[in-house]
Amino acid sequence: MVKFEIHDLNIWFDSTHALKQVNMEIQSNEILSVIGPSNSGKTTFLRTLNRLNDLNTSFKMTGAVELEREDIKRIDVEVLRRKIGMVFALPLPLPLSIFENVAYGIRMHGENKKKVLEDKVEEALQQAYLWEEVKDRLDESAFKLSGGQQQRLCIARTLAVGPEVILFDEPCSGLDPISTAKVEDAMIKLKQKYTIVLVTNNVKQAARVGDRTAFFLSGELIELDKTDKIFTTPQDKRTDGYIRGKFG
Amino acid sequence: MRNPYRTQRVAFFFLLLATLLIVIPVGLIVVVIIQKGLPAINWQFLSDMPRQGMRAGGIFPAIVGTLYLVSGAILFALPIGLLAAIYLSEYAKDNLLTRIIKLAIVNLAGVPSVVYGLFGLALFVVFLKFGASILAGSLTLGIMILPVIITTSREALESVPQSFREVSLSLGASKWQTIRHIVLPNAIPGILTGTILGLGRAAGETAPILFTVAAFYLPRLPKSIFDQAMALPYHLYVISTQVPNVDEKIRYGTAFVLLTLVLFMNLVAIIIRYKFRKKKKW
Repeated sequence: MVKFEIHDLNIWFDSTHALKQVNMEIQSNEILSVIGPSNSGKTTFLRTLNRLNDLNTSFKMTGAVELEREDIKRIDVEVLRRKIGMVFALPLPLPLSIFENVAYGIRMHGENKKKVLEDKVEEALQQAYLWEEVKDRLDESAFKLSGGQQQRLCIARTLAVGPEVILFDEPCSGLDPISTAKVEDAMIKLKQKYTIVLVTNNVKQAARVGDRTAFFLSGELIELDKTDKIFTTPQDKRTDGYIRGKFG
Repeated sequence: MRNPYRTQRVAFFFLLLATLLIVIPVGLIVVVIIQKGLPAINWQFLSDMPRQGMRAGGIFPAIVGTLYLVSGAILFALPIGLLAAIYLSEYAKDNLLTRIIKLAIVNLAGVPSVVYGLFGLALFVVFLKFGASILAGSLTLGIMILPVIITTSREALESVPQSFREVSLSLGASKWQTIRHIVLPNAIPGILTGTILGLGRAAGETAPILFTVAAFYLPRLPKSIFDQAMALPYHLYVISTQVPNVDEKIRYGTAFVLLTLVLFMNLVAIIIRYKFRKKKKW
Protein backbone atom coordinates (compact mmCIF):
# COMPACT_ATOMS: atom_id res chain seq x y z
CA MET A 1 0.00 0.00 0.00
CA VAL A 2 1.20 3.51 -0.77
CA LYS A 3 1.58 5.70 2.32
CA PHE A 4 2.97 8.90 0.84
CA GLU A 5 2.73 10.23 -2.67
CA ILE A 6 4.89 13.21 -3.51
CA HIS A 7 4.20 15.19 -6.67
CA ASP A 8 6.45 17.87 -8.18
CA LEU A 9 7.71 18.97 -4.78
CA ASN A 10 9.79 22.16 -4.85
CA ILE A 11 11.00 23.93 -1.75
CA TRP A 12 12.73 27.25 -1.27
CA PHE A 13 14.16 28.95 1.77
CA ASP A 14 14.22 32.58 0.65
CA SER A 15 16.05 32.27 -2.67
CA THR A 16 17.74 28.93 -1.93
CA HIS A 17 16.14 26.17 -3.97
CA ALA A 18 16.40 23.36 -1.43
CA LEU A 19 14.37 20.63 -3.14
CA LYS A 20 13.89 20.41 -6.89
CA GLN A 21 10.97 18.68 -8.59
CA VAL A 22 10.85 15.61 -6.35
CA ASN A 23 8.41 12.85 -7.31
CA MET A 24 8.24 9.65 -5.29
CA GLU A 25 6.13 7.24 -3.29
CA ILE A 26 6.70 5.78 0.14
CA GLN A 27 5.18 2.36 0.87
CA SER A 28 3.49 1.31 4.09
CA ASN A 29 5.59 -0.75 6.48
CA GLU A 30 8.85 -0.20 4.67
CA ILE A 31 12.02 1.42 5.88
CA LEU A 32 12.99 4.00 3.33
CA SER A 33 16.57 5.17 3.79
CA VAL A 34 17.43 8.60 2.51
CA ILE A 35 21.11 9.20 1.83
CA GLY A 36 23.14 11.98 0.29
CA PRO A 37 25.88 14.44 1.20
CA SER A 38 25.15 17.34 3.56
CA ASN A 39 23.07 20.14 2.03
CA SER A 40 21.48 17.68 -0.38
CA GLY A 41 17.97 18.34 1.02
CA LYS A 42 17.50 15.11 2.99
CA THR A 43 16.45 16.75 6.24
CA THR A 44 14.35 19.36 4.43
CA PHE A 45 12.56 16.49 2.70
CA LEU A 46 11.92 14.77 6.03
CA ARG A 47 10.67 17.92 7.72
CA THR A 48 8.27 18.52 4.83
CA LEU A 49 6.44 15.29 5.63
CA ASN A 50 5.33 16.45 9.11
CA ARG A 51 5.21 20.12 8.11
CA LEU A 52 7.92 21.13 10.56
CA ASN A 53 9.38 23.37 7.87
CA ASP A 54 6.32 25.58 8.32
CA LEU A 55 8.00 27.01 11.42
CA ASN A 56 10.62 28.61 9.21
CA THR A 57 9.33 31.97 8.02
CA SER A 58 11.36 31.88 4.80
CA PHE A 59 9.93 28.48 3.78
CA LYS A 60 8.06 28.25 0.47
CA MET A 61 6.72 25.14 -1.22
CA THR A 62 5.01 24.10 -4.43
CA GLY A 63 3.71 20.70 -5.44
CA ALA A 64 1.86 18.28 -3.19
CA VAL A 65 2.52 15.71 -0.50
CA GLU A 66 -0.31 13.25 0.03
CA LEU A 67 -0.70 11.02 3.05
CA GLU A 68 -3.00 8.15 2.03
CA ARG A 69 -4.32 10.26 -0.86
CA GLU A 70 -5.07 13.29 1.30
CA ASP A 71 -3.06 16.50 0.84
CA ILE A 72 -1.18 17.08 4.10
CA LYS A 73 -2.01 20.78 3.93
CA ARG A 74 -5.67 19.88 4.36
CA ILE A 75 -5.04 17.84 7.49
CA ASP A 76 -5.01 19.66 10.84
CA VAL A 77 -1.33 20.12 11.59
CA GLU A 78 -1.71 18.68 15.12
CA VAL A 79 -3.49 15.61 13.75
CA LEU A 80 -0.89 15.21 11.01
CA ARG A 81 2.00 15.34 13.48
CA ARG A 82 0.27 12.83 15.70
CA LYS A 83 0.19 10.45 12.74
CA ILE A 84 3.75 11.23 11.70
CA GLY A 85 6.20 11.06 14.58
CA MET A 86 9.76 12.31 14.43
CA VAL A 87 13.02 11.40 16.11
CA PHE A 88 15.64 14.13 15.89
CA ALA A 89 19.37 13.95 15.19
CA LEU A 90 20.39 14.69 18.76
CA PRO A 91 18.65 13.09 21.71
CA LEU A 92 16.39 15.91 22.84
CA PRO A 93 14.61 14.96 26.03
CA LEU A 94 12.28 17.63 27.36
CA PRO A 95 13.27 19.01 30.79
CA LEU A 96 10.87 16.62 32.52
CA SER A 97 11.08 13.23 34.20
CA ILE A 98 11.48 10.04 32.17
CA PHE A 99 7.81 9.21 32.69
CA GLU A 100 6.59 12.69 31.79
CA ASN A 101 8.71 12.76 28.63
CA VAL A 102 6.89 9.72 27.30
CA ALA A 103 3.51 10.83 28.64
CA TYR A 104 3.84 14.36 27.24
CA GLY A 105 2.29 13.74 23.82
CA ILE A 106 -0.55 11.65 25.21
CA ARG A 107 -1.33 14.30 27.81
CA MET A 108 -1.36 17.01 25.15
CA HIS A 109 -4.00 15.01 23.30
CA GLY A 110 -6.23 15.16 26.33
CA GLU A 111 -5.52 11.90 28.18
CA ASN A 112 -5.27 12.46 31.93
CA LYS A 113 -6.20 9.14 33.52
CA LYS A 114 -3.23 7.90 35.50
CA LYS A 115 -3.81 4.24 34.71
CA VAL A 116 -4.06 4.83 30.94
CA LEU A 117 -0.96 6.99 30.98
CA GLU A 118 1.01 4.39 32.96
CA ASP A 119 0.00 1.61 30.57
CA LYS A 120 0.84 3.60 27.46
CA VAL A 121 4.17 4.78 28.85
CA GLU A 122 5.17 1.22 29.73
CA GLU A 123 4.10 -0.09 26.34
CA ALA A 124 6.05 2.63 24.51
CA LEU A 125 9.17 2.07 26.60
CA GLN A 126 8.92 -1.68 25.96
CA GLN A 127 8.71 -1.09 22.21
CA ALA A 128 11.79 1.13 22.34
CA TYR A 129 13.68 -1.52 24.39
CA LEU A 130 14.19 0.87 27.29
CA TRP A 131 11.69 -0.39 29.85
CA GLU A 132 14.00 -2.79 31.66
CA GLU A 133 16.65 -0.09 32.09
CA VAL A 134 14.37 2.63 33.44
CA LYS A 135 11.36 0.95 35.08
CA ASP A 136 12.67 1.66 38.59
CA ARG A 137 13.62 5.27 37.95
CA LEU A 138 10.73 6.71 35.95
CA ASP A 139 10.57 9.83 38.14
CA GLU A 140 14.19 10.80 37.57
CA SER A 141 15.10 13.60 35.19
CA ALA A 142 15.48 12.38 31.61
CA PHE A 143 18.83 14.17 31.47
CA LYS A 144 20.30 11.55 33.80
CA LEU A 145 20.11 8.88 31.08
CA SER A 146 23.03 8.15 28.79
CA GLY A 147 22.97 9.46 25.21
CA GLY A 148 21.82 6.13 23.74
CA GLN A 149 19.14 5.74 26.40
CA GLN A 150 17.98 9.30 25.78
CA GLN A 151 17.59 8.56 22.08
CA ARG A 152 15.55 5.44 22.80
CA LEU A 153 13.49 7.54 25.21
CA CYS A 154 12.82 9.91 22.31
CA ILE A 155 11.72 6.95 20.21
CA ALA A 156 9.41 5.80 23.02
CA ARG A 157 8.03 9.32 23.31
CA THR A 158 7.24 9.30 19.61
CA LEU A 159 5.66 5.82 19.75
CA ALA A 160 3.48 6.70 22.74
CA VAL A 161 1.39 9.08 20.63
CA GLY A 162 0.44 6.17 18.34
CA PRO A 163 1.84 7.33 15.00
CA GLU A 164 1.57 5.55 11.63
CA VAL A 165 4.84 6.89 10.27
CA ILE A 166 8.10 7.59 12.08
CA LEU A 167 10.66 9.96 10.65
CA PHE A 168 14.22 9.45 11.83
CA ASP A 169 16.59 12.35 11.22
CA GLU A 170 20.12 10.91 11.53
CA PRO A 171 19.11 9.30 14.82
CA CYS A 172 22.48 7.73 15.47
CA SER A 173 24.77 10.60 14.60
CA GLY A 174 25.68 11.17 18.24
CA LEU A 175 25.75 7.57 19.40
CA ASP A 176 28.45 4.93 19.90
CA PRO A 177 28.32 1.69 17.84
CA ILE A 178 26.57 -0.37 20.53
CA SER A 179 23.83 2.21 21.08
CA THR A 180 23.55 2.52 17.29
CA ALA A 181 23.00 -1.22 16.96
CA LYS A 182 20.24 -1.08 19.59
CA VAL A 183 18.47 1.78 17.80
CA GLU A 184 18.77 -0.07 14.46
CA ASP A 185 17.33 -3.24 16.02
CA ALA A 186 14.42 -1.22 17.33
CA MET A 187 13.82 0.26 13.88
CA ILE A 188 13.74 -3.11 12.13
CA LYS A 189 11.22 -4.47 14.63
CA LEU A 190 9.11 -1.31 14.44
CA LYS A 191 8.77 -1.78 10.69
CA GLN A 192 6.01 -4.37 11.20
CA LYS A 193 3.72 -1.71 12.66
CA TYR A 194 5.02 1.54 11.25
CA THR A 195 6.25 3.13 8.07
CA ILE A 196 9.77 4.43 8.63
CA VAL A 197 11.71 7.11 6.79
CA LEU A 198 15.34 7.19 7.87
CA VAL A 199 17.62 10.04 6.91
CA THR A 200 21.20 9.04 7.51
CA ASN A 201 24.71 10.18 6.76
CA ASN A 202 25.91 6.66 7.36
CA VAL A 203 25.74 4.79 4.04
CA LYS A 204 26.34 1.45 5.77
CA GLN A 205 23.40 2.08 8.06
CA ALA A 206 21.17 2.64 5.03
CA ALA A 207 22.40 -0.64 3.60
CA ARG A 208 21.79 -2.48 6.90
CA VAL A 209 18.24 -1.39 7.65
CA GLY A 210 16.65 0.07 4.52
CA ASP A 211 14.22 -1.84 2.31
CA ARG A 212 14.56 0.85 -0.28
CA THR A 213 17.05 3.67 -0.53
CA ALA A 214 16.70 7.15 -1.99
CA PHE A 215 19.76 9.15 -3.02
CA PHE A 216 19.54 12.95 -2.93
CA LEU A 217 22.11 15.31 -4.40
CA SER A 218 21.87 19.14 -4.39
CA GLY A 219 18.13 19.03 -3.81
CA GLU A 220 17.38 16.49 -6.53
CA LEU A 221 16.21 12.94 -6.10
CA ILE A 222 18.80 11.11 -8.20
CA GLU A 223 17.74 7.54 -7.67
CA LEU A 224 15.26 5.51 -5.64
CA ASP A 225 15.29 1.73 -5.69
CA LYS A 226 15.55 -1.46 -3.65
CA THR A 227 18.48 -1.14 -1.28
CA ASP A 228 20.30 -4.18 -2.79
CA LYS A 229 20.05 -2.65 -6.23
CA ILE A 230 21.27 0.76 -5.14
CA PHE A 231 24.27 -0.81 -3.46
CA THR A 232 25.11 -3.36 -6.19
CA THR A 233 23.97 -2.00 -9.54
CA PRO A 234 23.03 1.70 -9.25
CA GLN A 235 21.68 3.23 -12.45
CA ASP A 236 23.28 6.63 -11.98
CA LYS A 237 27.03 6.99 -11.74
CA ARG A 238 26.68 9.76 -9.14
CA THR A 239 24.92 7.28 -6.83
CA ASP A 240 27.73 4.84 -7.44
CA GLY A 241 30.30 7.50 -6.67
CA TYR A 242 28.62 8.52 -3.40
CA ILE A 243 28.17 5.02 -1.98
CA ARG A 244 31.75 4.17 -2.85
CA GLY A 245 32.80 7.24 -0.86
CA LYS A 246 34.18 9.15 -3.80
CA PHE A 247 32.50 12.35 -2.62
CA GLY A 248 30.23 13.55 0.15
CA MET B 1 61.90 48.26 24.92
CA ARG B 2 58.29 47.81 25.99
CA ASN B 3 57.70 45.08 28.44
CA PRO B 4 54.44 43.28 27.64
CA TYR B 5 54.08 42.07 31.23
CA ARG B 6 54.34 45.59 32.58
CA THR B 7 51.80 46.81 30.01
CA GLN B 8 49.48 44.09 31.20
CA ARG B 9 49.97 45.03 34.85
CA VAL B 10 49.23 48.67 34.07
CA ALA B 11 46.11 47.67 32.18
CA PHE B 12 44.94 45.48 35.05
CA PHE B 13 45.57 48.33 37.47
CA PHE B 14 43.29 50.68 35.53
CA LEU B 15 40.61 48.05 35.12
CA LEU B 16 40.69 47.44 38.86
CA LEU B 17 40.62 51.17 39.54
CA ALA B 18 37.54 51.60 37.37
CA THR B 19 35.80 48.78 39.20
CA LEU B 20 36.70 50.25 42.60
CA LEU B 21 35.41 53.66 41.51
CA ILE B 22 32.06 52.05 40.96
CA VAL B 23 32.03 49.95 44.09
CA ILE B 24 33.30 52.54 46.58
CA PRO B 25 30.45 55.10 46.23
CA VAL B 26 27.84 52.34 46.47
CA GLY B 27 29.55 50.97 49.56
CA LEU B 28 29.82 54.42 51.11
CA ILE B 29 26.13 55.15 50.57
CA VAL B 30 25.15 51.89 52.20
CA VAL B 31 27.56 52.41 55.13
CA VAL B 32 26.44 56.00 55.81
CA ILE B 33 22.76 55.11 55.64
CA ILE B 34 23.19 52.13 57.92
CA GLN B 35 25.32 54.10 60.35
CA LYS B 36 22.93 57.03 60.62
CA GLY B 37 19.66 55.22 59.98
CA LEU B 38 19.93 52.05 61.99
CA PRO B 39 19.74 53.78 65.41
CA ALA B 40 16.34 55.18 64.43
CA ILE B 41 14.88 51.78 63.69
CA ASN B 42 12.69 50.37 66.41
CA TRP B 43 9.20 48.91 66.51
CA GLN B 44 7.62 52.25 67.25
CA PHE B 45 9.29 53.89 64.21
CA LEU B 46 8.00 51.17 61.92
CA SER B 47 4.48 50.86 63.31
CA ASP B 48 3.50 54.36 64.41
CA MET B 49 1.87 57.28 62.67
CA PRO B 50 4.01 60.38 62.11
CA ARG B 51 3.39 63.05 64.72
CA GLN B 52 4.26 66.71 65.36
CA GLY B 53 4.37 67.61 61.66
CA MET B 54 6.48 64.51 60.85
CA ARG B 55 9.18 65.55 63.31
CA ALA B 56 8.40 62.62 65.58
CA GLY B 57 6.58 59.33 65.57
CA GLY B 58 6.90 56.66 62.87
CA ILE B 59 6.53 56.08 59.16
CA PHE B 60 3.93 53.30 59.17
CA PRO B 61 1.52 54.89 56.64
CA ALA B 62 4.38 55.52 54.22
CA ILE B 63 5.47 51.85 54.39
CA VAL B 64 1.91 50.66 53.87
CA GLY B 65 1.40 53.15 51.04
CA THR B 66 4.50 51.97 49.23
CA LEU B 67 3.45 48.33 49.62
CA TYR B 68 0.00 49.14 48.21
CA LEU B 69 1.49 51.03 45.26
CA VAL B 70 3.98 48.31 44.45
CA SER B 71 1.35 45.57 44.64
CA GLY B 72 -1.02 47.58 42.49
CA ALA B 73 1.67 48.26 39.91
CA ILE B 74 2.61 44.60 39.65
CA LEU B 75 -1.01 43.45 39.51
CA PHE B 76 -1.43 45.66 36.48
CA ALA B 77 1.96 45.35 34.78
CA LEU B 78 2.78 41.64 35.15
CA PRO B 79 -0.20 40.14 33.28
CA ILE B 80 -0.13 42.72 30.51
CA GLY B 81 3.66 42.67 30.22
CA LEU B 82 3.82 38.88 30.15
CA LEU B 83 1.08 38.55 27.54
CA ALA B 84 2.76 41.19 25.38
CA ALA B 85 6.10 39.41 25.74
CA ILE B 86 4.53 36.08 24.73
CA TYR B 87 2.95 37.71 21.71
CA LEU B 88 6.17 39.43 20.65
CA SER B 89 8.45 36.44 21.08
CA GLU B 90 6.13 33.61 19.98
CA TYR B 91 3.49 34.96 17.62
CA ALA B 92 4.51 38.26 16.04
CA LYS B 93 6.00 37.96 12.57
CA ASP B 94 9.41 39.49 12.18
CA ASN B 95 8.41 42.52 10.12
CA LEU B 96 8.98 46.27 10.25
CA LEU B 97 6.01 46.91 12.55
CA THR B 98 7.17 44.32 15.09
CA ARG B 99 10.67 45.72 15.03
CA ILE B 100 9.37 49.25 15.59
CA ILE B 101 7.27 48.02 18.52
CA LYS B 102 10.25 46.25 20.06
CA LEU B 103 12.43 49.32 19.62
CA ALA B 104 9.72 51.52 21.14
CA ILE B 105 9.50 49.27 24.20
CA VAL B 106 13.24 49.36 24.73
CA ASN B 107 13.19 53.14 24.43
CA LEU B 108 10.28 53.44 26.85
CA ALA B 109 12.56 52.02 29.51
CA GLY B 110 14.76 55.08 29.11
CA VAL B 111 12.00 57.69 29.47
CA PRO B 112 12.61 59.83 32.61
CA SER B 113 10.27 58.90 35.42
CA VAL B 114 8.94 62.43 35.82
CA VAL B 115 7.52 62.15 32.30
CA TYR B 116 5.57 59.09 33.39
CA GLY B 117 4.34 61.13 36.36
CA LEU B 118 3.07 63.86 34.07
CA PHE B 119 1.46 61.28 31.79
CA GLY B 120 -0.24 59.61 34.77
CA LEU B 121 -1.51 62.99 35.95
CA ALA B 122 -3.02 63.78 32.55
CA LEU B 123 -4.51 60.36 31.84
CA PHE B 124 -5.51 58.78 35.15
CA VAL B 125 -5.94 61.71 37.53
CA VAL B 126 -7.53 64.25 35.21
CA PHE B 127 -8.95 62.54 32.13
CA LEU B 128 -10.20 59.32 33.73
CA LYS B 129 -11.10 61.28 36.90
CA PHE B 130 -9.46 58.83 39.32
CA GLY B 131 -8.13 61.85 41.22
CA ALA B 132 -4.87 61.63 43.13
CA SER B 133 -5.34 58.07 44.31
CA ILE B 134 -3.65 54.73 44.88
CA LEU B 135 -5.29 53.54 41.65
CA ALA B 136 -3.81 56.36 39.57
CA GLY B 137 -0.38 56.01 41.22
CA SER B 138 -0.30 52.21 40.79
CA LEU B 139 -1.24 52.47 37.13
CA THR B 140 1.41 55.12 36.54
CA LEU B 141 4.08 53.01 38.23
CA GLY B 142 2.78 49.98 36.32
CA ILE B 143 3.24 51.72 32.99
CA MET B 144 6.72 52.79 34.05
CA ILE B 145 7.86 49.21 34.78
CA LEU B 146 6.07 47.61 31.79
CA PRO B 147 9.09 47.96 29.48
CA VAL B 148 11.36 46.27 32.03
CA ILE B 149 8.92 43.39 32.45
CA ILE B 150 8.31 42.98 28.72
CA THR B 151 12.00 43.11 27.81
CA THR B 152 13.19 40.66 30.47
CA SER B 153 10.25 38.31 29.86
CA ARG B 154 10.92 38.32 26.14
CA GLU B 155 14.55 37.49 26.73
CA ALA B 156 13.54 34.69 29.09
CA LEU B 157 11.09 33.24 26.56
CA GLU B 158 13.55 33.49 23.70
CA SER B 159 16.28 31.76 25.69
CA VAL B 160 14.22 28.54 25.80
CA PRO B 161 15.85 26.39 23.10
CA GLN B 162 14.03 26.21 19.77
CA SER B 163 14.56 22.44 19.79
CA PHE B 164 12.19 22.04 22.77
CA ARG B 165 9.48 23.76 20.78
CA GLU B 166 10.11 21.55 17.76
CA VAL B 167 9.95 18.40 19.87
CA SER B 168 6.68 19.47 21.45
CA LEU B 169 5.13 20.43 18.12
CA SER B 170 6.37 17.25 16.46
CA LEU B 171 4.44 15.25 19.07
CA GLY B 172 1.24 16.90 17.90
CA ALA B 173 0.98 19.51 20.64
CA SER B 174 -0.58 22.78 19.53
CA LYS B 175 1.37 25.99 19.56
CA TRP B 176 -0.40 27.24 22.66
CA GLN B 177 0.16 23.91 24.46
CA THR B 178 3.83 24.18 23.59
CA ILE B 179 4.03 27.68 25.02
CA ARG B 180 2.01 26.77 28.09
CA HIS B 181 3.73 23.50 28.99
CA ILE B 182 7.27 23.83 27.63
CA VAL B 183 8.23 27.44 27.00
CA LEU B 184 6.62 29.22 29.96
CA PRO B 185 7.75 26.84 32.74
CA ASN B 186 11.33 27.16 31.54
CA ALA B 187 11.11 30.93 31.27
CA ILE B 188 9.61 31.57 34.71
CA PRO B 189 12.89 32.32 36.53
CA GLY B 190 13.79 35.01 34.00
CA ILE B 191 10.30 36.46 34.13
CA LEU B 192 10.36 36.53 37.93
CA THR B 193 13.73 38.23 37.97
CA GLY B 194 12.51 40.96 35.63
CA THR B 195 9.34 41.40 37.65
CA ILE B 196 11.18 41.81 40.93
CA LEU B 197 13.65 44.26 39.43
CA GLY B 198 10.64 46.22 38.17
CA LEU B 199 9.15 46.08 41.67
CA GLY B 200 12.33 47.49 43.15
CA ARG B 201 12.24 50.36 40.70
CA ALA B 202 8.57 51.05 41.40
CA ALA B 203 9.20 51.11 45.14
CA GLY B 204 12.00 53.65 44.88
CA GLU B 205 10.69 56.20 42.37
CA THR B 206 9.39 59.57 43.55
CA ALA B 207 8.49 61.44 40.39
CA PRO B 208 5.71 59.16 39.05
CA ILE B 209 3.82 59.26 42.37
CA LEU B 210 4.40 62.94 43.01
CA PHE B 211 1.39 64.14 41.01
CA THR B 212 -0.69 60.98 41.01
CA VAL B 213 -1.04 59.69 44.56
CA ALA B 214 1.44 60.90 47.14
CA ALA B 215 0.06 62.72 50.14
CA PHE B 216 2.24 65.30 51.85
CA TYR B 217 1.02 64.37 55.31
CA LEU B 218 -1.74 61.85 55.92
CA PRO B 219 -1.40 60.35 59.40
CA ARG B 220 -3.85 57.49 58.76
CA LEU B 221 -4.04 54.47 56.49
CA PRO B 222 -5.73 54.82 53.08
CA LYS B 223 -9.35 53.68 53.08
CA SER B 224 -9.73 52.54 49.47
CA ILE B 225 -7.89 52.52 46.16
CA PHE B 226 -9.40 55.93 45.44
CA ASP B 227 -7.75 57.37 48.53
CA GLN B 228 -4.43 59.19 48.58
CA ALA B 229 -1.53 57.59 50.39
CA MET B 230 1.88 58.43 51.75
CA ALA B 231 4.84 56.65 50.19
CA LEU B 232 8.40 56.15 51.38
CA PRO B 233 10.36 57.93 48.62
CA TYR B 234 8.08 60.97 48.64
CA HIS B 235 8.00 61.05 52.43
CA LEU B 236 11.79 61.07 52.42
CA TYR B 237 11.80 63.97 49.98
CA VAL B 238 9.30 65.88 52.12
CA ILE B 239 11.08 65.49 55.44
CA SER B 240 14.44 66.24 53.86
CA THR B 241 13.54 69.41 51.99
CA GLN B 242 10.04 70.67 52.81
CA VAL B 243 9.79 70.41 56.58
CA PRO B 244 12.34 72.30 58.68
CA ASN B 245 13.98 70.86 61.78
CA VAL B 246 13.39 67.19 61.18
CA ASP B 247 15.80 65.09 63.19
CA GLU B 248 18.53 63.58 61.00
CA LYS B 249 17.79 60.22 62.62
CA ILE B 250 14.27 60.15 61.20
CA ARG B 251 15.47 61.05 57.71
CA TYR B 252 18.16 58.42 57.60
CA GLY B 253 15.85 55.93 59.26
CA THR B 254 13.35 56.42 56.43
CA ALA B 255 16.11 56.09 53.86
CA PHE B 256 17.28 52.93 55.58
CA VAL B 257 13.82 51.35 55.43
CA LEU B 258 13.43 52.25 51.74
CA LEU B 259 16.88 50.97 50.86
CA THR B 260 16.31 47.74 52.78
CA LEU B 261 13.03 47.19 50.98
CA VAL B 262 14.58 47.64 47.53
CA LEU B 263 17.73 45.64 48.29
CA PHE B 264 15.62 42.87 49.77
CA MET B 265 13.63 42.59 46.54
CA ASN B 266 16.80 42.53 44.46
CA LEU B 267 18.19 39.85 46.75
CA VAL B 268 15.07 37.74 46.23
CA ALA B 269 15.52 38.13 42.45
CA ILE B 270 19.13 37.02 42.67
CA ILE B 271 18.26 33.98 44.81
CA ILE B 272 15.52 32.87 42.43
CA ARG B 273 17.81 33.21 39.43
CA TYR B 274 20.58 31.31 41.16
CA LYS B 275 18.31 28.46 42.24
CA PHE B 276 16.83 27.95 38.79
CA ARG B 277 20.18 28.26 37.06
CA LYS B 278 21.46 25.40 39.15
CA LYS B 279 18.51 23.27 38.10
CA LYS B 280 18.88 24.10 34.41
CA LYS B 281 20.12 21.18 32.37
CA TRP B 282 20.76 22.44 28.87
